[in-house]
Amino acid sequence: MTDVANAVVLLMNFVIVPGVAYGSQLALGALGVTLVFGILRFANFSHGDVMAFGAMVVLLATWWFQGMDVGIAPLPTALIALPFGIVAAAAFNLSADRLVFRFYRRRKSPPVILLIASVGVMFALQGIVRFIIGPEDRRVADGARFLIKASEFKQATGLKEGLAIKLSQGLTVVVTVVAVAALFWFLHRTRAGKAMRAYSDNEDLALLSGVSPDRVVFYAWLIAGTLAAIAGTMYGIDKSFKPFTYFHLLLPIFASAILGGIGQPVGAVVGAFIVALSETAVTYAYKKFLRYLLPESWEPSGLMQLLSTDYKLAISFVILVVVLLVRPTGIFRGRVF
Amino acid sequence: MKTGLRNPLRRRPALRTPGLFAVMALLLVAVGFGQSWVVSLSILNLCLISAIMALGLNMQWGYAGLLNVGVMGFAALGGLAGVLVSQPPVADAWAAGGEDLGYALAVLVGVVIAIVLARRHVRKGPLRTAATVLLLVAGFFLIRIFFDPAVDAIEDVDSARTGYLGGAGLPIVFSWAIGGLLAAGAAWLIGKVALGLRSDYFAIATLGIAEIVITVIKNEDWLGRGVKNVTGLDRPVPYEVDLQASAWFLDLASWLGADPILGASIFVKLCYAALFALVLMAIVLLAERALNSPWGRMMRAIRDNEAAAAAMGKNVTRRHMEIFVLGAAVMGIAGAMLTTLDGQFTPGSYQPLRFTFLVWVMVIVGGSGNNWGAVLGGFLVWFLWVEAEPAAFWLMDAITAGLDEGHPLRAHLLDSAAYMRLIVMGLILLVVMRFSPRGIIPEKRGG
Amino acid sequence: MSFLAGEGMTGGYGGADIIHDCTIEARQGEVAVIVGPNGAGKSTAMKAVFGLIQLRAGAVTLDGEDITRLSPQERVRKGMGFVPQERNVFTTMTVEENLEMGAYIRDAGVADTMARVFDLFPILKERRRQLAGELSGGQRQQVAIGRALMTEPRLLMLDEPTAGVSPVVMDDLFDRILEIRATGIAILMVEQNAAQALSIADRGYVLVTGRNRYTDSGQALLDDPEVRRSFLGG
Repeated sequence: MTDVANAVVLLMNFVIVPGVAYGSQLALGALGVTLVFGILRFANFSHGDVMAFGAMVVLLATWWFQGMDVGIAPLPTALIALPFGIVAAAAFNLSADRLVFRFYRRRKSPPVILLIASVGVMFALQGIVRFIIGPEDRRVADGARFLIKASEFKQATGLKEGLAIKLSQGLTVVVTVVAVAALFWFLHRTRAGKAMRAYSDNEDLALLSGVSPDRVVFYAWLIAGTLAAIAGTMYGIDKSFKPFTYFHLLLPIFASAILGGIGQPVGAVVGAFIVALSETAVTYAYKKFLRYLLPESWEPSGLMQLLSTDYKLAISFVILVVVLLVRPTGIFRGRVF
Repeated sequence: MKTGLRNPLRRRPALRTPGLFAVMALLLVAVGFGQSWVVSLSILNLCLISAIMALGLNMQWGYAGLLNVGVMGFAALGGLAGVLVSQPPVADAWAAGGEDLGYALAVLVGVVIAIVLARRHVRKGPLRTAATVLLLVAGFFLIRIFFDPAVDAIEDVDSARTGYLGGAGLPIVFSWAIGGLLAAGAAWLIGKVALGLRSDYFAIATLGIAEIVITVIKNEDWLGRGVKNVTGLDRPVPYEVDLQASAWFLDLASWLGADPILGASIFVKLCYAALFALVLMAIVLLAERALNSPWGRMMRAIRDNEAAAAAMGKNVTRRHMEIFVLGAAVMGIAGAMLTTLDGQFTPGSYQPLRFTFLVWVMVIVGGSGNNWGAVLGGFLVWFLWVEAEPAAFWLMDAITAGLDEGHPLRAHLLDSAAYMRLIVMGLILLVVMRFSPRGIIPEKRGG
Repeated sequence: MSFLAGEGMTGGYGGADIIHDCTIEARQGEVAVIVGPNGAGKSTAMKAVFGLIQLRAGAVTLDGEDITRLSPQERVRKGMGFVPQERNVFTTMTVEENLEMGAYIRDAGVADTMARVFDLFPILKERRRQLAGELSGGQRQQVAIGRALMTEPRLLMLDEPTAGVSPVVMDDLFDRILEIRATGIAILMVEQNAAQALSIADRGYVLVTGRNRYTDSGQALLDDPEVRRSFLGG
């Protein structure tokens, strides 16, 4: 029986907990992508770098607070710096819309043109972020490291395996829950939110009902920027801030949004957790886990790892392609244009 | 009608394209005089390779409207060919793991055949999906029974120097063709899966594939040494030291009144430039002929109205597959040429910004759908990409000239100046899209 | 003077004209129906009235006011309600939210209107928390009509409201339309099911190749042997 408990704790520690934290970060990113996709009808390639931009501003503000010895220990200082990042990322998105995307929207250009324009924005934004803060890897988190330490857990339970939950992981989940709840409240309870859903669902009918497209687009960029800044910051607190990694988050984020169904916020969240947990589950080495569960003579010789962690990107990709081929509307029947 | 000052080239459209290329040549000459001829020729060589890469993308996007965001993957496969063709085979590694690797390959072929047969004989439905998935999973584990020990054995062979299977030991020029074939083969596989997708989904899928190709190359050390890199590749042109020791070259240098050391390095670069220019000319000529053939016209007809073309009985997916494979082959050739020029294969250097999105800027700026536009775009954008760095440094130096030498802001701005070029490229792309969406040398409409 | 009058309308979708010198009128408390063979320009005529296509000639007046140059959105504010033939509900929103979206431009009195819509279509009240996309075809049409009624329009336009529904549902929908007429609203409807539609119509327009062929009361058209032979299948 303790063997089973040990195996479960092992799985929790190395697959579930990191997967849930990563899934929360992806969910915040995918929500922004799915909103812009649903309202503006194009895949925004600059989203990953907007996350980096927001996180960068948070990091700068964090340094400023730390310089003044302002903090909220044991919580990371970045949390009080978050509003700066949100304002910056939202402002960036709105100015990008004003300077770049609005022009093509008004001309009713095909979505591919907007997509390529977003590549231009991405290019410039990568430059801006590196120009301001440089390409180096930087630590964002300060304050306490752990919510539950492995050693404490072992002592309390008497198990051989420990369960460690980092403060950053707990925070990520809490912040995500708050952000997602606020977003759903907005989308389902407010007039502007309902107008957004209506516009995403059926543009012509929404226009007939008197919904102003400019207003809806404004909210879409505002919310996407806000969520991007939060996602980027939480990812930075949990791991570290390195501008280049944010571009690589683009693929799992797109995979989450498409898996859930484009324009479907619930779908984006569910999709994000499926993608994240698949990544951690497929790249985990099950040797020790199986040793607890199998009789001694069956003990596996290899690592029992399905795929090396280097290939985690391949998992989002496979999910993405399978969804696109088998059920392009995604789990929650998003729109297919 | 506006009169007065008008661009003389605009009045004579036939002279416009040659005129633009003359301006480009002047820019390179200016660098030759202003900086150095070695720099100028280095830029020229990469301009030539960039132009080929842009031609490949122009076929896919310009002719057919395929939004391929995975240029990097095809270029890297071409680069890998450089290693696989030119490096000497590592006999010990073949002895250690060749047999198991052969079995793994045999199992792979067997699994593929089994899946194809299963899909042919089982009717469409959940049963067929289940059979496919089952075969895939079983095949995956079966292959790894042979593959894992083979990899371990190969990577253990003198891992500091080799640790991989090596190549075919052929002259590296062959890798240009092999690289093209490798990329074409990959494109065929990718196209089978992804070409039916909507354009934005296709973009996301190709973005992912390129990343996976790079990950494979980085991590499968047995294949191309991964991030341990392969250096000292074979060269299709003479080495500088050999030139400096050969009588004919010294005679030539003294006859020209040139410094033999500088002369040798210029001579080598000129040799590369001649080879690359030859390839570029061949591809441009073929691409032009293809574009103006009935096949090319059909391709553009499909791009402009896919539904109408399909309704007229054109096989859209087949045409897309052809152009996708062809474009990828051209990118592969360019990738192999780049590895040849570098003399080394460094998987870590493949960044999507440089190898995918910069090529996109080249095509859009040059003029999508026009081969000469793509070539000019390749030249111009590469030139700007390289020269933006010293320009930004100079600019930052000028802006901060009032600050002391050690002022942190000055130091930061000078340090970061290199990243200005990313901003510049983004802005160039956006400005061209907005104000000159058909590019510098627009596609010829009609005809 | 009719409440709504589209007079001498000529236009199409950019290319060749689809309707030529076409005249359509509707009065308050009456049902006007446009019928005709496939490709006669029935829907185009209605879209012209609503401003979804540009007119090259002719004019549209509503309650005596010239609205020819107004956008569809502005016409909604003037009191026109439009139910498109397809994609006429927000499938991912609940029935109640669909009705709320119908009243998006209104500030007050929404609850009263919604209560009246629920009185007219009691099933919608039952299903108010359900997603519109999960409803049957007939119920969806009720949502679509209810959504259009939420602006309290003085003219309701329906583009083939019975397309793709069963005969029983069709009869039911026509009954509701008569109930709506009883509230004094003007109704303009395009219909494929010509005989049934004309039987409830106060006024009928038979269009052929974009031109008015016959115009009369619904009953008179039904009784006209030539109309019967050519358009109502004997």
